[in-house]
Amino acid sequence: MNKRKTEALVGLFVLLGLGALAFLALQAANLGSMTGGATYTVQARFDNIGGLKVRAAVRAAGVTVGRVQSITLDPQTFQGLVTMDIESDFQFPKDTAAKILTSGLLGDQYVGFSPGGDDANLANGDTLAQTQSAVVLENLIGQFLTGRADDAGAAAPAPSPAPAPATSPAPATPEGLK
Amino acid sequence: MNLLVGLGAWTLDQLRGWGHAALFFAEMLRAVPASLRRFSLVVAQIYAIGNRSLVIIMASGLAVGFVLALQMYYALSIYGAAESLGLIVNLSLVRELGPVVSALLFAGRAGTSLTAEIGLMKAGEQISAMELMAVDPKARVLAPRLIGGIVALPLLAALFSAVGIMGAWVVAVKLIGVDAGNFWSIMQTQVDVWRDVGNGMIKAFVFGVICTVVALYQGYETQATPEGVAYATTRTVVISSLWILGMDFILTALMFSTP
Repeated sequence: MNKRKTEALVGLFVLLGLGALAFLALQAANLGSMTGGATYTVQARFDNIGGLKVRAAVRAAGVTVGRVQSITLDPQTFQGLVTMDIESDFQFPKDTAAKILTSGLLGDQYVGFSPGGDDANLANGDTLAQTQSAVVLENLIGQFLTGRADDAGAAAPAPSPAPAPATSPAPATPEGLK
Repeated sequence: MNLLVGLGAWTLDQLRGWGHAALFFAEMLRAVPASLRRFSLVVAQIYAIGNRSLVIIMASGLAVGFVLALQMYYALSIYGAAESLGLIVNLSLVRELGPVVSALLFAGRAGTSLTAEIGLMKAGEQISAMELMAVDPKARVLAPRLIGGIVALPLLAALFSAVGIMGAWVVAVKLIGVDAGNFWSIMQTQVDVWRDVGNGMIKAFVFGVICTVVALYQGYETQATPEGVAYATTRTVVISSLWILGMDFILTALMFSTP
C-alpha cells in the first residue's frame, strides 16, 4: 500500500473518531443545549434546598432560562444560598418568586420562577426576596399524621389529649402546596 | 530459612521487573519527540493499530448497544420509565463500557499484534541490527507505536460509544417504539459533556497508554524463541486486561464518587 493511501485512510479514521466525539457531545450530551450567550446572576435564599444540585435547570413556565451555578450555606441566616446564571435574553420583574420544584414524582429538582408585577427588572447580583423551599417528604408525612391526630381529637374528645408529635418547622405549608 | 530466601528473591525480582519497566517507559518517552519528527512512521502505526481495529470495535459497540437497550427496556418498562432507556445506555457506554470494552478488545486485537511483531523482530535480531547501525530502536520502532496506540484508543472508544448509542436508538425507537423525542432529550439534559464524556475520554487515554506500553514491553523483553513470543503475547492480554480493570476502578472512584 502506498504512503498517500495510508495517510488518507488514517485521516478518515481520525475524522470518524472526531465525528463520534462530536456526536457524543452534541446529540447525546448537553453541549448542544448549552448557550454560550451572556448571562446575569441572581441569588436566592431557601430554608431547605432539598435535593437541588449544581447545574440544575432554572425554569419559568417550564422553559429553561438558566442554570444553578453554586449552592452554599449562608453563614448568617443558615439558609441555603443558591446562585443562578440566567440568560440575558430573559428578563424578570424584581419581585419574581423562586420555588424549588420537582419534575414528575421522582424526577430531579429545579428552580421555578414565578414572575411578579414589578416594573423594574432583576439586575445582575440581585437577590430574590420571595422563595419557597423544597418539599421534604418526611415533613409532609409528619404534617399529615398530626392533621389526622387533631381531626380524631376533635371528633371524639379522648380522655387524654392526643400527643402531638414534635415536628420540625415545616418549610412548606399545606396552603403553599395548593 | 529457605522460605526466607525465596521471599527475598521474589521481592527483589518483582522490584527489578518494576524498575526495568519504568526505565523502559522513560526511555520510550524520551524517544517520542524524535519519532514525531518522522511523522510518516507514526501515521503508518495509527493505520495498523487504529484503522484495522475499526471493524471489531464498531461491531462490538453496535452489539453492546443492541443488547443493553433490550435488557434495559425489560427492566425499565416494569417501572414505566422506558424513556430513560437512552440515558442509561448512554451513561453506561460513555462512562464505563466504551473505554473499558474498547480497551479490552484493543489489548486483544492491537496489543497482541504489537507484542508478536516486536518479539519476532527481536527473535530475528532486527533490533540488535538497528543498534549496531546506530539507529535507536526505541525511536524507530517503539515510540511511533506508542503514539499510535495513545492516539487510536480514545478515538476508538468514542466510536464504540457513539455506535452503541445508535444501536440502542435502533432497538428502542425503531423496533420497540420508545418515543424518539424523549429518548434524546433526557440524554441531553442529564449527560454532562465534561463530567461524563470528558472523563470517559480521560479513561480511554489512560487505557491507551497502559495497553500500548504493556504490549511493547512484553514484546521487547520476550525470550527470542517461538515459545517466548507465544508466552509474551499471552502475558500482554492478561496483564493489560488486569491493569485496565484495576485502573478503571481507581479512575471511577476518583471521577464519579461525588454525585
